Amino acid sequence: MSGSGLKAISIATVITLIIGFGLVFFWTPMDADQGFKQKIFYVHVPLSVVALAGFIAGGVEGVRHLRSNNSRHDLNSYVFIHLSVVFGVGALLTGAIWAKASWGHWWVWDEPTLVSFLIVFLLYCTYYPFRYAIEDRNRQARYASVFAITAGAFVPLNFMAVRMADTIIHPRVFATSEGGLPASMLFTFLVCLLGIGLLWLTLVKLEQLGKRTSGQVSRLRRALDADPGRRGSVGGRIAPSGEVR
Amino acid sequence: MTSSLTAFKAILGKDLRTELRTMRSLPAMVLFAVTTFVIFRFGLDRTVLSGSLAGGVLWMTLLFAAILGINRIFLAEREEGGFDAIRLAPVERSTLFLAKAAALFTYLVVLELIVVPTFALFFLPHWSGLVPLIPVLAGANLGLAALGTLISSMAVNSRARDLLVPLLLLPLVVPLMIAATGASAPLLEAAGPAYDDYGTWLLVMALYDGIFCLVGYAVFEFLLED
Repeated sequence: MSGSGLKAISIATVITLIIGFGLVFFWTPMDADQGFKQKIFYVHVPLSVVALAGFIAGGVEGVRHLRSNNSRHDLNSYVFIHLSVVFGVGALLTGAIWAKASWGHWWVWDEPTLVSFLIVFLLYCTYYPFRYAIEDRNRQARYASVFAITAGAFVPLNFMAVRMADTIIHPRVFATSEGGLPASMLFTFLVCLLGIGLLWLTLVKLEQLGKRTSGQVSRLRRALDADPGRRGSVGGRIAPSGEVR
Repeated sequence: MTSSLTAFKAILGKDLRTELRTMRSLPAMVLFAVTTFVIFRFGLDRTVLSGSLAGGVLWMTLLFAAILGINRIFLAEREEGGFDAIRLAPVERSTLFLAKAAALFTYLVVLELIVVPTFALFFLPHWSGLVPLIPVLAGANLGLAALGTLISSMAVNSRARDLLVPLLLLPLVVPLMIAATGASAPLLEAAGPAYDDYGTWLLVMALYDGIFCLVGYAVFEFLLED
């Protein structure tokens, strides 16, 4: 297994994140209204954007898995969703900190994006108990893909419905988060978004490599083992099989 | 084409006949819903409900009663070999999805025919909001039937099926419940039904129903492969 792609992308991630955070702290102007607290925006928003994109990508990989029946796509779908859930925890935590700092409460219900994100996050948390409740490997992969597709279709619908519930009750003008940003802030935001996206990709590659390696190890061990019945369950709970043939 | 229609009718007829003879799901759903109203009466300490409180109580009760039915919709198939039979039969597998969703829709209609008048009798000061509530109920039933059938078929072949159905279903129905309560709350106002954003919420439900009917129909055959 070659790790060279992983190495290059890790270096790119570190460099982009260093540049991004350097810009955040030393270049972008202080927010006139919120001051220093607003800087968490450069972490929170990219984390949520990347997590949501990862959820959608997991659904796309689910479709590809069902169409091709290639377990590589199931592995991708699992890893995408897994890391997006991890990033989702980060997005919710940074969101709570930001909410506490600027509105004085750890949680606010009238921020539709935050509420939608929580619902999506709760849905994807059920991916794990669902996946591991199915014993047969092939069935597990197929059912997980069906989940990924259903949930992927749900994400945009949910954002629409939650946002509507809020606007209908108390209408307000929606500026998208980039809407009123000065150019320097927008540029820094994009650099941070790229950096967090690369971080996600690095972790995806790392996890895929780990899964593949442990799949290979257990395959080799099975081949080595003279008595396969005795040590057959090596690597029993490793999620999707890493076989890439 | 014809064989799909015949199979659809046969499966739906089988399900409704079985339910009529064994009464496995519906009486439990109705009883559950009525008891939940009694709990809400004391939990909220109200004897009259209106507006968003009425909408919330009605929809939470209907949703949880529906989950009871959704949990059981594929039980006979699993226990008595119905899945194998449909795999062997020369019909499209998606037919099973459509027939099961139709059966679930019917259960929900029967449930609501009993439970919504009971709700009105228990809590509502006047009944004029009930007629415009019918399209809202129908829209939510369609969404619950499509999604419930999909989720139930996913959960029924796993170890923790009773646990997984509510776990998977609840986050997925949030948009449907937002639309259903959004449309119902003004209809159940104490001052008489109002139609704020009634059409908008019905459109949202129609969109939701359309998407999940299509998703369910498209992916269902992969759940039956073995």
